[in-house]
Amino acid sequence: MDVQQTLGELRSRMEELKDANQNKLSMVVFSGDLDKLLASFIIATGAVAMGMEVVMFFTFWATSALRDKKKRAKGKNIFGKMFGFMLPKGAGKVKLSKMHMGGMGTGMMKYLMKKKNVSSLEEMIQLAAELEVKLYICEMSMDLMGLKPEEMIDYPGRDFVGVAKFLEEAGNSRIQLFI
Amino acid sequence: MAEDIKADITMDLKGMKCPLPVVKVSQQVKKMRVGQVLVAETTDPGAHADFPAWAKTSGNEIVSTVREGDVSKFFIKKLK
Repeated sequence: MDVQQTLGELRSRMEELKDANQNKLSMVVFSGDLDKLLASFIIATGAVAMGMEVVMFFTFWATSALRDKKKRAKGKNIFGKMFGFMLPKGAGKVKLSKMHMGGMGTGMMKYLMKKKNVSSLEEMIQLAAELEVKLYICEMSMDLMGLKPEEMIDYPGRDFVGVAKFLEEAGNSRIQLFI
Repeated sequence: MAEDIKADITMDLKGMKCPLPVVKVSQQVKKMRVGQVLVAETTDPGAHADFPAWAKTSGNEIVSTVREGDVSKFFIKKLK
């Protein structure tokens, strides 16, 4: 008599499991270093090729890599202005985590990448957009550093979120990374 | 051996570096019909590990691999 009920329970449990483990990659991109950002986007675009859905959650130092060098934001306070000045203005300005050497090392790395036909960070962001990689930007990081939505790059499906959104995505992902 | 396999589409991926070969191939295969064969020509040394890994994960098959100097040709059959 209880067979029907048990079957029903099993069925709903199976549905839950199906939801719980989607073929998804969730990434926290924390670092604002050129090398780590490149690695993040290579993994993200590679994962799309492997048939995965990809979500990247940009927080702290990584957020300034998504600034648009051509855009300006108005109405910043003194701290916002200071951060705005000190932080790299977009993906073209981020530095290597090692051997930056006042710009020489990063410049040389970019030269080598071009020579060896390795995609630049800007090209990788463009590719990620084409592949429908989702970009979430941490609302609190933006607020803390005085960054404004209107100075960030145009990216399809870009969204400003909090930690709960990331945790929801991470919770039903097969792979979670923190870079 | 490879001469027997009829290629439906050929992609020139020479000079492209990781992750582009795999990304481009996956996009192309999406547009193809099941059973069609794609030939991917690449100079990326990582491709010998990457294409089989991609094929296994995406459920497609590499029916043949031919090396001609620096260039490797992967015959990829769309299975689903």
